[in-house]
Amino acid sequence: MNAPNASGWKPGTPVQDHNAMAGPDTVTGNRALMLEEPLIFEIGNTETTGVDLPEPTGGANRLGGLDRSEKIGIPGLSEPETVRHYTRLSRQNYAIDLGLFPLGSCTMKHNPRLNEKVARMPGFADVHPLQPVDTVRGALEVMNELAHWLIDLTGMHGVAMSPKAGAHGELCGILCIRAALEARGDAREVILVPESAHGTNPATAAFAGYKIEDIPANSDGRVDLDALKSRLGPDVAGVMITNPSTLGLFERDLKEISDAVHEAGGFVYCDGANFNAIVGKVRPGDLGVDAMHINLHKTFSTPHGGGGPGSGPVVLSEALSPFGPLPYTARTKDGVVHLIEEEDADAFSEAHFGGKMQSFGRMTAFHGQMGMFTRALSYILSHGADGLRQVAEDAVLNANYVLRSLDDVLDAPFGHSGPCMHEALFSDKGFAEDISTLDLAKALIDEGYHPMTMYFPLVVHGAMLVEPTETESKAALDQFIMALRSVAERAKAGDETLKTAPHYAPRRRLDETLAARKPILAWEEPNPPAGEPTMSEQGGR
Amino acid sequence: MRYLPLTDADRSAMLEKIGAPNVDALFVDVPEEARLDGPIHGLPMHASEMAVEKHMRTLSKKNLAASDAAFFLGAGAYKHHVPASVDHIIQRGEFLTAYTPYQPEIAQGTLQMLFEFQSQVAHLYGCAVANASMYDGSTACWEAVAMASRIARGKKRKVVLSGALHPHYAEVVKTMAKFTDDEIAHAKPAMQASPDTDGLISRIDDNTSCVVVQYPDILGRVNDLQPVADAAHEKGALLIVVNTEPVALGAIKSPGEMGADIVVGEGQSIGVGLQFGGPYLGLFAVRDPKHVRMMPGRLCGETQDAEGKRGYVLTLSTREQHIRREKATSNICTNSGLCALAFSVHMTLLGEKGLRNLAMENHRLACIAADKLAEVPGVSVLNDAFFNEFTIRLGTDARAVVRKLAKQNVLAGVSLGRLYPQHDELSDGLIVAVTETTTEEDIETLVSALKEVLS
Repeated sequence: MNAPNASGWKPGTPVQDHNAMAGPDTVTGNRALMLEEPLIFEIGNTETTGVDLPEPTGGANRLGGLDRSEKIGIPGLSEPETVRHYTRLSRQNYAIDLGLFPLGSCTMKHNPRLNEKVARMPGFADVHPLQPVDTVRGALEVMNELAHWLIDLTGMHGVAMSPKAGAHGELCGILCIRAALEARGDAREVILVPESAHGTNPATAAFAGYKIEDIPANSDGRVDLDALKSRLGPDVAGVMITNPSTLGLFERDLKEISDAVHEAGGFVYCDGANFNAIVGKVRPGDLGVDAMHINLHKTFSTPHGGGGPGSGPVVLSEALSPFGPLPYTARTKDGVVHLIEEEDADAFSEAHFGGKMQSFGRMTAFHGQMGMFTRALSYILSHGADGLRQVAEDAVLNANYVLRSLDDVLDAPFGHSGPCMHEALFSDKGFAEDISTLDLAKALIDEGYHPMTMYFPLVVHGAMLVEPTETESKAALDQFIMALRSVAERAKAGDETLKTAPHYAPRRRLDETLAARKPILAWEEPNPPAGEPTMSEQGGR
Repeated sequence: MRYLPLTDADRSAMLEKIGAPNVDALFVDVPEEARLDGPIHGLPMHASEMAVEKHMRTLSKKNLAASDAAFFLGAGAYKHHVPASVDHIIQRGEFLTAYTPYQPEIAQGTLQMLFEFQSQVAHLYGCAVANASMYDGSTACWEAVAMASRIARGKKRKVVLSGALHPHYAEVVKTMAKFTDDEIAHAKPAMQASPDTDGLISRIDDNTSCVVVQYPDILGRVNDLQPVADAAHEKGALLIVVNTEPVALGAIKSPGEMGADIVVGEGQSIGVGLQFGGPYLGLFAVRDPKHVRMMPGRLCGETQDAEGKRGYVLTLSTREQHIRREKATSNICTNSGLCALAFSVHMTLLGEKGLRNLAMENHRLACIAADKLAEVPGVSVLNDAFFNEFTIRLGTDARAVVRKLAKQNVLAGVSLGRLYPQHDELSDGLIVAVTETTTEEDIETLVSALKEVLS
């Protein structure tokens, strides 16, 4: 079809009538397809269940006299009610399946459904982590195959697969650094972190017992190389650098930074949250990185699921590989993939690596996020080496297209610093005095979009970080650009209706101050009218 | 490439708008010597959906699925029936492909679900407040220890771990403690019918920030925790209770009822599935609301919108890394949202009645299995009391027995040798778990296979 849009369809058909949404009140509070839904505690009953199970027969009891006799208070629903409850809730969510989700640094890209199908194959989904290894060779092969891809794509030496998410991976990398330093009797105290870093970086280093010092940025937003070099010394354990940075810029001096840090006896941790911008284009290992976590739920499309689960394997340099966590997998010359746990760590290390195991220990009970490994491997195999390179190119192309389509109407504080990578950064400069980035974001909701990342990175005033990802078509980008241009113009003109946005979402602006001042964090049974029994005294609702 | 919508014509038009001659011009900040000039050598090229599915299926078939065996593994991960509607709901794109609910007006689905989840967990644990989930039980356990340290303001540095805490959980705590100056007092489990409560209590002193016990413990034993709670509180220490089998709490008293201050655990049993160890679901709750501001992880709370309608938001985020950076209560960011949804849906399907029935069905079958196994010559059952998991002694190395039986599609349990490789005196122990998915036929299969291998 060489003539798209022959029907004359246009991405923007403005609603002219401001009263289009106004109508009579409804007795249910519903508005056609927008359905209100109570809590399960308000519609369920402790005597109702949606699962058919035998009633207890009063047979043997070896619970040690600890029977739970008090009411538990968890409501149940039948299956149809359950499906309806959660389906109604789901419709109050925005999702990448519904539209462009431009959260900068979060990488909301399409989640291929093949990956969901693969993860549910019984040989992966229905396998216990402590089964005898001979019954799980296929699972170990998945881990090993994915591990090899990650090593090859990053040009590193080894990989720790067990970290559960990005921040857990950061911790893994920092603990490797700490273990390596301690192994050479060189305790150091300080980790250097750029001001623009994600909050998990300083939190991680502090969690591992380090003092944090900021590294300043230069005028084009990148790490100030001279300031960094002058701070290096025998007390600096390492640096944590995000590349591409949270400003959407490639740290072009990273190799020189790495050389200087190594020269001073430290290590380089790279936050790989933004690896999706460079996969297949450049390998962090070639830039002197010692450890980098890879968010499988970002670069390799495993679903975010409303806040996890993530998966954060950490690729390691030759210097740090011996210190990685247990358990790990390794393939020996005979082609067999082994699972190395405490049981055989020393023996395996002596047989194959010529020395005692130096692992810093275990970070989690089992082997890592297997359900994410299968999805990520399926994604990687689908793209292949050529497709992954195209992923990075299209992600960067889409972001630059957004940047250059909007930098006449929105301030791009580092627009002069060259092309951006996978995300475009704007500030609130030029907005009318009483209009904020938050107002613009909420107005974007009314236009049918999830807002971009707001107020991050902290170094840019009223920051707006837009990451379209490679899975958006040009038509989708054009409509988004049109919408963002429109709300930006309204923000500059001081349009007061921005301050009450969103108007068309399932909820108007929510009072976060109230939530924090008087926290209500669990459902509590309301008091009954005087003289009447409570619901639990009545045996449920 | 089926996942990439841009056409070459689009790419050219976009490059023109940007003012770049080609896409490589956008990578100009990558040092030239590091730039790759083509696909990385030696790696496969893109593949069709059909080809990838075939490859993955081949790998999956090299594993023995739990449902294809007589299956008795537990020790921190349990095989339970997950209703079909659970998987249907977690695959709805509005849940599956949403992000952390940072824009609450368009994330009420996830937020209300999290509020319900927190409430379910709090009730289950007998606590006041639960958070919106952690990575898994073992990391939640470490976070609880770190929280107890914060509450003690670093003045108490000793952490007393019960010998019957899951050894992987203990290892995680020890790994982290190496970097935080906490002193870990830990012992291996004593092979006794009941846990050594007196021994545990004797290790608590004025320098103890917390005591960590598992309930039911790694050997499947259940015992009253009130004496430990009292002893801990007497010394100004907190009691942390770890639970790896939430179904148990449909049958036995909640940790909160027995004086636990922080209750953490693995939620995998309800809704999540085995998945070779992950992703799982860390549960985290406190009995006393005054400890809420010291908690790690996300919390969802109730509030109102501008029109006075009830709604939900993430709250108390001044504890968290994106606001507090190096002063945060934890570095955790991503949690286990989709697994929390699976847990919550399954728990809603169960309700209190279903949970109690499920628990008692587990216990009934476990009692049958224990009795039958006790009749096998050479086998003795260690536990006085248990829920759905107990330890048997075989009088020979259980690891070898497990490997031998696996060849006959009998996954007999988790050997203590696998969990405690350095302790030969535990090597004849086998942890056997029985759930509602175990049939009496499976039990017979295990019994006769054991008879044969031990004779």
